[in-house]
Amino acid sequence: MPDHEIPEITVRLTVNGQPERLRVEPRRTLADALREDLALTGTHLGCEHGVCGACTVLVDGQAVRSCLLFAVQLEGAEVTTVEGLSPADGSLNPVQQAFRDNHGLQCGFCTPGFIVSVTAFLADNPHPTDEQIREALGGNLCRCTGYQGIVRAVKQAAGQPTGAREAVELRPTAQAAS
Amino acid sequence: MTAVEAGGAARFVGQSVKRREDPRLITGRGRYVDDVTMPRQLYAAFVRSPIARGSLSAVDTDAARALPGVVAVLTGADVNPNGHAYWMSMLGPDAPAPPMRALAENDVRYVGEPIAIVIAESRYIAEDGADLVDFDVEPEQAIVTMDQALASAERVHPEHDSNLSNEIAAEPDPELDALFANAAHVVDETFHQHRYICVPMECRGIIASWDPWRQQMEIVSATQTAHEVRASAARLLDIPEDHIHSVMGDVGGSFGQKMFPMREEFTVLIAAKMLGRAIKWTEDRAENLIAGGHAREESMDVSFALDADGRILAARTHHRENVGAYPNLGDGMNASSSLVMFPGPYHMQRVASSAQGLYTNTMGRCAYRGPWMLETVAREQMVDVVAQRLGIDPLEFRRRNVITLDELPFTTATEQVYETVSPAETLEQAAELIRYDEFRALQATARDEGRYLGLGLALYIEPQYGFGILGTEGATIRVEPSGKVNVYMSSGSHGQSLETTALQVVADELGVPMDDISFTQGDTAATPYGPGTGGSRSAALISGAAMAAAQQMKERIIAVGAHLLEAAPGDVDLDGGVVSVKGDPSTGVPLAQIAAVAYLDTDQLPPDIAPGLEVSARYKSPFIMFSNACHAVTVEVDVATGEVKLLRYVVSEDCGNMINPMVVEGQIAGGVAQGIGGVFYEHFEYDEDGNPLTTTFLDYHLPTAVEIPDFEYGHVITPSPTPGGYKGMGEGGAMCSPPALINAVRDALSPFHATITRQPLTPDAILQAIDAGGA
Repeated sequence: MPDHEIPEITVRLTVNGQPERLRVEPRRTLADALREDLALTGTHLGCEHGVCGACTVLVDGQAVRSCLLFAVQLEGAEVTTVEGLSPADGSLNPVQQAFRDNHGLQCGFCTPGFIVSVTAFLADNPHPTDEQIREALGGNLCRCTGYQGIVRAVKQAAGQPTGAREAVELRPTAQAAS
Repeated sequence: MTAVEAGGAARFVGQSVKRREDPRLITGRGRYVDDVTMPRQLYAAFVRSPIARGSLSAVDTDAARALPGVVAVLTGADVNPNGHAYWMSMLGPDAPAPPMRALAENDVRYVGEPIAIVIAESRYIAEDGADLVDFDVEPEQAIVTMDQALASAERVHPEHDSNLSNEIAAEPDPELDALFANAAHVVDETFHQHRYICVPMECRGIIASWDPWRQQMEIVSATQTAHEVRASAARLLDIPEDHIHSVMGDVGGSFGQKMFPMREEFTVLIAAKMLGRAIKWTEDRAENLIAGGHAREESMDVSFALDADGRILAARTHHRENVGAYPNLGDGMNASSSLVMFPGPYHMQRVASSAQGLYTNTMGRCAYRGPWMLETVAREQMVDVVAQRLGIDPLEFRRRNVITLDELPFTTATEQVYETVSPAETLEQAAELIRYDEFRALQATARDEGRYLGLGLALYIEPQYGFGILGTEGATIRVEPSGKVNVYMSSGSHGQSLETTALQVVADELGVPMDDISFTQGDTAATPYGPGTGGSRSAALISGAAMAAAQQMKERIIAVGAHLLEAAPGDVDLDGGVVSVKGDPSTGVPLAQIAAVAYLDTDQLPPDIAPGLEVSARYKSPFIMFSNACHAVTVEVDVATGEVKLLRYVVSEDCGNMINPMVVEGQIAGGVAQGIGGVFYEHFEYDEDGNPLTTTFLDYHLPTAVEIPDFEYGHVITPSPTPGGYKGMGEGGAMCSPPALINAVRDALSPFHATITRQPLTPDAILQAIDAGGA
């Protein structure tokens, strides 16, 4: 039986450039600490077992799954969430803008995780090949877009042609068909 | 598709206007249900059955109740007496349905069935409490498959006479019998579809808060329809609808799963009313996979009668659906849609269909993007099977049987009337885009080299229902005293981009820049009633409502503007947010000035002009509407490993006039990716005792960017007769992709005489099919 008298532990870390002090149970995940204790609800939980990537945040610049970390592991760490990647003036950063330009999202639930993953990926590999892009995106699941706009967005953010092509259009009439 | 900002545009419909939804969602500022916290909010966790079938006893909640932080532990005996009705507005109270209950009582009927709800100060404590609830289940042999449901003397629901959730018998049809008796060819085949499921990236969730003093229930939920949540909560709790305020915020996908509240939501509502507190339940992924509603497990026997030239004369179908124990809506069957849509894009003189829904001790069926889609999945496979047996190329076979534009309006064998569909044109466009003849030559060369390429085609007609509860949507438009515009729609957009596309329609119809218009939906206190976003209806119905309200508003604005301009209403127009005399833009009166008069200086208005600028309007749609498409895909199968590589994927579709081509293509893409997942990767599996085997994303495999190729699109545009000429198309990608993909694999493996009638087409399954073919 769990003991709810477990003393909470103090963690000091930096989140989006702000020093934070958290008092958490040792079992509290980083994701829950961010979402509930710091009200940074942009980090989403899609599976809570480390597969879907919706909860991806940067820890000391590396993309990690915040559902697989305990908050107490973050003592002294520098955490960046999707909120921390967004310019304060309400504009979009180049990765975010590329997602908007290329219809890289529909319901938007997986999107913060993709934004954070892509940010880390392009920092490591600013000139990726198509195959590297798809491999890098393989750690994040999206159920709405079929990844079409997401792949294009990463190419745009990397300064490459997106490969988007104009669709063929036909306006038939019955006469023309017969 | 080149996306454009709304800002500078003169006209919006037809352009890939970038989405209004995006900035908040991309920056982590969306507000999904789990992001909302109510005052003194409690958290719920469910205790669920680990056994598929058995008697339930000795539910002991004492240890859980004793846990500090646990506020309440409620069982079926506590909750169920407070659940008054479980039916949905779409079907009404008398539709065939399982004996519903919020929590299991006395027995359990599927793994994951909720037995108790634990309510605590935090989610962690609620889950600790759930672990402490003890109970006994005396297991009985579970009924897992459809064959078992038919053969077993045991009943999934002892209250019912059989395991049939419902049955549709084929009408006697001597004319059809004669067509079969005299046919040059008769071909029979059975097609199976495995259980694969919605899996929105956001699981289900609800916050319900009952205020006993105001007698008011506040609900925030992840839903496709705030209004059905309200209506069903009113019936469930037996409280008046006007004492319930239901809202949806951003919703992280659904694909049908969140169309109707399920047992967990009902239990939370009952518990909130019992406790007089706010209770949040956030489903976790294991719960979502095991107990969030399932789909697709079904089979169809198909017989075609054909003439000597390979023209389809008649068809017989028998559709069987595994509806689980507690399907989400009524009898859980989709056969009434599947049998009506079976003729699809082809000439058939007579069709006879029958169907059975079968209860099993598995998770109940819910809607999933094109729930009736087996008609397309089975028919399009049948077309390829028949073409192969008759030695006719599948493109040529379709050309011989497809309905052409000059035959419209066309009445199908199931009495559906197509007015504006273009199956032949999409077939030709897809064939051209995939470079059909070139591929056939390449395929032949490759086979000589021991490489196995395949091409799959599939055609379909996608219905959008406009009858019953689905027949109307509403819009309210308010021009505020500042001249800015608020639009309130009855929609429940949860990824479909209606916040953008509905405003494109309003902006054009009204003559006001899109940037001056805001959008509200999914709030029963603010927005008109609507059945929610689903069934591919929004392009036609939401646009219809938006246009009707915008036209009325435009008349109101023009009346005030004309008065201020001292002109006749017929001599002025509203464009770019300015009313001016036609042909003389220098006379313009901006909307802000008109609105100021309409609200703040009403004595300037003559008596025949009403003060204020507020209108509400409704659109009533036709009974049923249709769009169509053709999918063409090429694959290479590695016959040593069984691996399938997708080479190219082409969709040619006709959704009439496109409001926003970017959004249209996005809807297609998402659906096709779900089809790829379903055919190759996704399979919700049970063992023989009804134990779920695929309870995490490590076992239930969703496709990633690695598995999904680039898609190519063609648009055939035949405007519908509905306002704007728009047609719905949201489900088609998921309906038509499975048969196209399966046909491509079948084509690739034709040298091996492989029979492909079951999926998923895993490498193992493909190797087995090659072996069994014996070539």
